[in-house]
Amino acid sequence: MGDTWKRFRGDKLAIVGLVVIFIFAMAAIFAPVIAPYNPTEQFFDGLTDEGSPLPPGWRFWFGTDTNGRDQFSRLLFGAQTSLLIGIVANGIAVTIGTALGLVAGYMRGWTGASIMRLTDLMMAFPPLLLAIALAAILKPGLNIVILVIALVNWVQIARVIYTETVSLSEREYIEAARALGAGNGRILLRHLLPHLIPTVIVYATLGIATTVLLEAMLSFLGRGVQPPTPAWGMMIFESQSYFLNAPWLVFIPGAAILILALAFNLVGDGLRDALDPTQRGRG
Amino acid sequence: MLHYLARRLAASLLILLGVSIVTFGLTFMIPADPVAMIAGRNSTPQMRDNIRIQLGLDKPIPEQYARYLGRLVTGNLGMSYARKSEVGPLVVSRLPPTLLLMLGAIIAELLIGIPAGIYAATRRGRFADKAAMTLSFVSVSTPQFVLGLTLLYLFAYLWNWFPLGGYGKLSNLILPALTLGLAGGGWYSRMMRSSMIEVLRNDYIRTARAKGMSEWRVTMKHGFRNAILPIVAMIGLDVGIFMSGVVVVENVFGWPGIGQLMWQAIQSLDIPVIMGVTIVAACFIVLGNLIADLVSPLIDPRIRSR
Repeated sequence: MGDTWKRFRGDKLAIVGLVVIFIFAMAAIFAPVIAPYNPTEQFFDGLTDEGSPLPPGWRFWFGTDTNGRDQFSRLLFGAQTSLLIGIVANGIAVTIGTALGLVAGYMRGWTGASIMRLTDLMMAFPPLLLAIALAAILKPGLNIVILVIALVNWVQIARVIYTETVSLSEREYIEAARALGAGNGRILLRHLLPHLIPTVIVYATLGIATTVLLEAMLSFLGRGVQPPTPAWGMMIFESQSYFLNAPWLVFIPGAAILILALAFNLVGDGLRDALDPTQRGRG
Repeated sequence: MLHYLARRLAASLLILLGVSIVTFGLTFMIPADPVAMIAGRNSTPQMRDNIRIQLGLDKPIPEQYARYLGRLVTGNLGMSYARKSEVGPLVVSRLPPTLLLMLGAIIAELLIGIPAGIYAATRRGRFADKAAMTLSFVSVSTPQFVLGLTLLYLFAYLWNWFPLGGYGKLSNLILPALTLGLAGGGWYSRMMRSSMIEVLRNDYIRTARAKGMSEWRVTMKHGFRNAILPIVAMIGLDVGIFMSGVVVVENVFGWPGIGQLMWQAIQSLDIPVIMGVTIVAACFIVLGNLIADLVSPLIDPRIRSR
């Protein structure tokens, strides 16, 4: 563990990513304290005389949106939405994916084959389209978005865990454990799962980046969390028609999505190198 | 080889069958009652029963599924709520622009990813390598709608190099293709880099160098030709990735393909169209995967024996 941390610390980009995630997390947690205004309040002086949004300035740091609301406050509360969905939805996806991949890789036979055919089937659907179809049928909202993203995102990690479990299951220590009378449950949880934890951590981190991007796309398409809850993708969707006159309405939330997704990707990549030094420089 | 081919083909058909079961199941989750929607508010129970029988909704579920599958196989995807036209021909008429956009995106990602990957591999561990690999992370972390809007703002609005959206000319294609392909370019640069590093380790590369061949020729003649093969095998898989992206990209650029159709269907909650596009997209993904499966053994004979 000490070595892992030492290797991770040597990766400057991963450390930058970690710091960025920390800053975003703080901004999200303390949004009610930091935000200068109520994110849903429409200000009379929040629009120009012609009714256009205000550019960044002293009163409204990041300007105002088409409804005269403070962009900076909306951005802070949007961080809550992104991080909450990113962590919870991906957490569910990773749990489902790990459990199914583990069982499929260890059981093989009929159980394993049917789980893997299910992942084949899931891969036939474009993730965004399936998420949209589900979100269109069910009423969109925070819980549904989390559920939909989890349902779409468990597949990749299940396949990775499956492959690793298959090769681990053939090791002699597993055979030894079985010979000593260990049951399937004990082998799965005590002898296989601990060896897969590094992989799970890496994919869980990278998966948050994917989830943040998918959530942003869904809310850009109007099928994510619903107003008045602020979400970055929705902020861009709402200001799309004003974009050429007020480009900051797209650039600022857009940069927030990019930076948060990038931070999780950098940390995930750093973890992959740190946890598995044999892979270093090959990915 | 023939055996392998038959097995992949059968697997693809099975997946398509699975797709039809999933979409059939999804239609049952729709909260709105289709009978009530067609019959309208002032309908009598008698009228509603007639419609239910007409739609076959009084039949047991397996029989309903069999009818549904029968309709799908003949290309009948139902009627659009919003457009009052058949979904099948609607989707088919929107396919050519989308396929053109995907072709453009494939060209864009290869033109970005392959040179970047080769360059990074030959500068391994140095600044240029690290910069290229960091940029590849930036490219896969960029939301496509933000990238698309930014390109539009800079290259079309501010500098007037390209038109502000539209369809029909090559100049219309460049920005959307770049938007759709940039993230793939990032992935390909990483894959090309590791594939190249792998190849350059081989003994025949050392032999070529020992013969006194220039580094450029070693890289391009012996390295590139072998390193590119695993990348070519991946192109079929891009279809699946692009199918999500086109919804966003076509909307941003006003590109009249199935992505825009999907976007409009989402706004009006036109569920038959949403399902129709999903089914057609799934067919293309299965086809893309099948092509990838068939190309791989041609490229790497070791796969054939498996």
